Amino acid sequence: MDKPFAITLDPGSSLANRTGSWRTTRPVYVDRLPPCNHACPAGENIQGWLYHAESGDYESAWRELVKNNPMPAVMGRVCYHPCESACNRGSLDESVSIHAVERFLGDEAARRGWKIEAGPSTGKRVLVVGAGPAGLSAAWHLRLAGHAVAIHEAGPLSGGMMRFGIPKYRLPREVLDAEVQRILALGVELKLNSKVDDVLATMKAGAFDACFLAVGAHLAKRAYIPAGDASKILDAVSVLRGMEGAEKPLLGRRVVVYGGGNTAIDVARTAKRLGAEESIIVYRRTREKMPAHDFEVEEALAEGVMMKWLSTIKEAGEASFTVEKMALDENGFPQPTGEFETIEADSLVLALGQDVDLSLLDNVPDLVVENGSVRVDAGMMSGYPGIFAGGDMVPAERTVTVAIGHGKKAARNIDAWLRGETYASPPKHEVATFDKLNTWYYADAPKTVQPVLDIIRRQGTFEEVLGGLDEGNALFEARRCLSCGNCFECDNCYGVCPDNAVIKLGPGKRFRFNYDYCKGCGICVAECPCGAIRTEPETI
Amino acid sequence: MLKQTEGSHAIAECVALCRPEVICAYPITPQTHIVEGLGEMVKGGDLKNCEFINVESEFAALSVAIGASAAGARTYTATASQGLLFMAEAVYNAAGLGLPIVMTIGNRAIGAPINIWNDHTDSMSMRDAGWIQLYAETNQEAADLHIQAFRLAEELSIPVMVCVDGFILTHAYERIDIPTQEQVDAYLPPFEPRQVLDPREPVSIGAMVGPEAFMEVRYLAHHKQMRALELIPRLSAEFRQQFGRDSGGLIRTYRAGDAKTIVVALGSVNGTIKDVIDELRDEGHAIGAASICSFRPFPSEALHEVLSHAKRLVVIEKSLAVGIGGIVSHNLRMALSGISLHAYTVVAGLGGRAITKASLRALFERALRDDLEPLTFLDLNQAAINRELEREKAQRRSGPSAENILRDIAGGTRSAI
Amino acid sequence: MEMQQIKFYQTGTFTVGNRLLDADQRSVQANMERTNSLNSGHRACQGCGEALGARYAIDAAMRAANNQVIACNATGCLEVFSTPYPETSWQIPWIHSLFGNAAAVATGVAAAMKVKGRRDVRVIAQGGDGGTTDIGFGCLSGMFERNDDVLYICYDNEAYMNTGVQRSSATPPAARTATTMALGPEPGNAFGQGKNVPLIAMAHGIPYVATASVAYLRDLEEKVKRAMSLSGARYIHILVPCPLGWGAQPSDTIKLARLAVETGLFPLFEAEHGEVVGSTRIRRRVPVEEYLKPQKRFAHLFGKTPAVGTLARIQEMADRNIRKYRLIDERRHG
Repeated sequence: MDKPFAITLDPGSSLANRTGSWRTTRPVYVDRLPPCNHACPAGENIQGWLYHAESGDYESAWRELVKNNPMPAVMGRVCYHPCESACNRGSLDESVSIHAVERFLGDEAARRGWKIEAGPSTGKRVLVVGAGPAGLSAAWHLRLAGHAVAIHEAGPLSGGMMRFGIPKYRLPREVLDAEVQRILALGVELKLNSKVDDVLATMKAGAFDACFLAVGAHLAKRAYIPAGDASKILDAVSVLRGMEGAEKPLLGRRVVVYGGGNTAIDVARTAKRLGAEESIIVYRRTREKMPAHDFEVEEALAEGVMMKWLSTIKEAGEASFTVEKMALDENGFPQPTGEFETIEADSLVLALGQDVDLSLLDNVPDLVVENGSVRVDAGMMSGYPGIFAGGDMVPAERTVTVAIGHGKKAARNIDAWLRGETYASPPKHEVATFDKLNTWYYADAPKTVQPVLDIIRRQGTFEEVLGGLDEGNALFEARRCLSCGNCFECDNCYGVCPDNAVIKLGPGKRFRFNYDYCKGCGICVAECPCGAIRTEPETI
Repeated sequence: MLKQTEGSHAIAECVALCRPEVICAYPITPQTHIVEGLGEMVKGGDLKNCEFINVESEFAALSVAIGASAAGARTYTATASQGLLFMAEAVYNAAGLGLPIVMTIGNRAIGAPINIWNDHTDSMSMRDAGWIQLYAETNQEAADLHIQAFRLAEELSIPVMVCVDGFILTHAYERIDIPTQEQVDAYLPPFEPRQVLDPREPVSIGAMVGPEAFMEVRYLAHHKQMRALELIPRLSAEFRQQFGRDSGGLIRTYRAGDAKTIVVALGSVNGTIKDVIDELRDEGHAIGAASICSFRPFPSEALHEVLSHAKRLVVIEKSLAVGIGGIVSHNLRMALSGISLHAYTVVAGLGGRAITKASLRALFERALRDDLEPLTFLDLNQAAINRELEREKAQRRSGPSAENILRDIAGGTRSAI
Repeated sequence: MEMQQIKFYQTGTFTVGNRLLDADQRSVQANMERTNSLNSGHRACQGCGEALGARYAIDAAMRAANNQVIACNATGCLEVFSTPYPETSWQIPWIHSLFGNAAAVATGVAAAMKVKGRRDVRVIAQGGDGGTTDIGFGCLSGMFERNDDVLYICYDNEAYMNTGVQRSSATPPAARTATTMALGPEPGNAFGQGKNVPLIAMAHGIPYVATASVAYLRDLEEKVKRAMSLSGARYIHILVPCPLGWGAQPSDTIKLARLAVETGLFPLFEAEHGEVVGSTRIRRRVPVEEYLKPQKRFAHLFGKTPAVGTLARIQEMADRNIRKYRLIDERRHG
């Protein structure tokens, strides 16, 4: 074509005009820390595994999940999911049911037999004391790092508090067994009925290079209650542990449980299932002050468990217990009122907390015990080099999730220590708070309600109360994730740029800014649904 | 083929022979018969492969033509007078974009006062728009010029106006030789656009051009017209060769060789001028004429040659540059460099006022005596003007002059002012 | 328009792309190989809604027409910022003639394509609100009336922005422009009867008329696609916020476009042969203040003594649209 001068131009020739020079601020892709990840005691990359689950790639989701937590099927059932309390979707409609998806992934892994290989051998040996969540978690991560692991467990079965403290109706044992088996299948040596009395001696005997102490709090705390000889007073740990044996505990028709924690609820609900007509929780403060999780209280109430607030047990008789009414003072502390009443009951179960048996540490020099806990540094190492501790043994909230987190953290530090290094956790990103999001883009979708076992069946059986999600529901629930702070390739930035200054790199590869043309208008920042772009001042 | 036909229809037939692909039509007297004729041919199936589009205004007519031409279609439209003004913006645009559109102007006065009759005010208003302007002297030439116009437009990629005196030519029935399709096809090859909108080779046409290149664009437009000065005579000669008659060219002289007095004019008035010259020649006066066919580009050199031995120049203008006089005269100044002569501008025939042989004869006789003002208005009703001027003197606001004069001339009564 | 019912996909079709959707459900703009009909390097202001709208619409048209598209552009911002010599941003055959003749030029191009037997080539005319609703209106109406095979797209930024923000017939009531100053007893643009060009287009009975917004990409693309599937005169009116003229943050372009829809002030609907055949429901209805407040052109309504009466009149306009175009799903909102 014989193009006339100046009037007629070649297509697309404006690429010669680098409009990037207009910019005073520049957009930058960032990965912000999703609040769920931030809140997870086990340090799970929740947004990360949900991302895979969203596309139906459950195996990748599971593999991402178990990088941090080897027991998703357990965790999806027993974790009190602080992630969901932090979930930004809660400010939009209802938080994502993370635990339900996690449980689905865990169950799916068991069903499909997904496995992970241990790391190449380092020749180092690590002793883990206790086969509870902390110990199993540490063993998993240490095996992935290639270290040989032997777990010494005092009890007859693995699982620790997961088995002996959590009722079956919350955690079916075949689920627990499956996940423990997967950990052991990595080549972990498990010695049951093998109580460690002297840790240094055990380490020496087994030629261990390091040790992780993960003994659970199995010693029940007692309270002094004047009691007659015929009074039947048990502790919650024993009752729950007894549930794992052949002979179930005999609690009678009317059972009083003393305490306000989750264990008290577990025992009260267990009593119902064992046939108690009345199961009464006695707690010295009010429902609002109860440490037990509200949903568990609700479930217990629905099952017919009764609650007696602002009450302490003063005396135990043969078939009755004397209870004193309490009143809250101006500081919110319960004070005795001098008013008494009598409750008819066949047994009293004390659920007043537990301690750890620390006798195995008696001979360890420089290892400091304070208030019943082992003092550890930021890397979970005690005062004795090479001996690390976690779970119930160190000062922290005593939950399965915290224990699993400790196991991972300790394993990473042990791994570094074995290599003569110090583990440095990667810097934490800024949290992707709700105000960073543009939630208009997310489709309206209230939470999927997990099926709940009907009341009649719940009272009489130890079947799991909460059902799992089916695949469709799990997918739906995963897709409710807002992917806070992390690009999920929605193409908004690519689409909304008036200057075509966003380069799409292809599936899984995200995007890149073309600063030759980006004028810095900031539309991409404003329209990024998940807050994965930040504006930075341009430096001249 | 010779036929007795209306000028407009002859033009329509010749345009049709040029195989136009898009024709835009909007009615305005006196060009309407041309597009009517073309419309009939398209609708009746005689003119095939042609889109005939009835638009809603002249502005749209030329705009549609711009689009069609830019997309590579041979495109034609016609207008006149107010219509030309209404499309003025597009007139400049078509030229600026270098689109080879051919447009007939049925020359007509411009209002107010509204007037449908012939003069050249309309096309003269667009003389600097960048189009080539060809003025037809006869209906035969009007018909022939359209064939040449398409060839010229497409060779240079420039739009061409063919200016045809309204009514005098457009509505006159004459014997006209309409060429055959084979003749026209042999003269006018298929349109090969210089630039075209085509998804196979995308370009952006119509860029915004700033001070850094605008002068050059304008110069190149001028240069293109200078090339037309060479091409127009060549095409005219070629036309004579193939069709056997003279049509077009830059200028045509009449008994000008030894003339000391040269009359210059555009369009159909040249016929009357030639008649008067014949009479005066018979009486021994050395008078001749030069008819300007190509007003744009302006054939300065050709006119210079004709006028180089003349003593006297009379320019008959069918338009008035109000406040200064004649447009053609002023254009002619460029051609008079180095020539010393008496130059007279005569404004004549505005709004269809008949230019009679008698008036021209009287005018030329006065010119031969050098008894003419530099600017003369032919056949002005001086009495009517005097009365209106008197009225204006008496009262500052005397109402619209046109109505006053009309009443005067009609002998209507007026209340005393 | 038949919008495909899809399962829950996290962001559904609200975002530009969605990796969870099938390829045929993804937007044109999400495509790595999209045309970018309007290329980088154009000189539009930061955050220009018109640049965005033009690429959205023309890319969609290119997809629908298998890349056989010719565009005719009216004078205005889009023309000036895209084709200053010596560079053009257009990657498609494109012509600019005049301010008021884009529709007519397109008619001419379409006629040429028809006569040349290039039925596959589709013609688009485009311009701003000035070039469409004011100076180009005659040519537009003529093109409609003849039912010429042209899709006309108006990028409405509600004033003459290229010349420095003067009022057009598309300027909303109360808006401040350089010719409707925020002065006197009734500051800003007068409350006229309005000039609703989509409705006027419908009155021509043309095959297709739609309104669209840069904040509703899928809706916009569907409408372009629908328009491209039809022959004859078609009209799409796209609201494109102008950060400069509206006195808004460049980053707020899409937000404002969205709020214009969610308030009800800019109803999204489509019509075929003069009859409304569908409207896009408001997702989260908001009061007009939310849309007006971030725009300096309405700042005089929110001074020390807010112009309660004026705001109520604007709200009434929004409410009327919501009723007229059924913008709220009665079943959901009672």
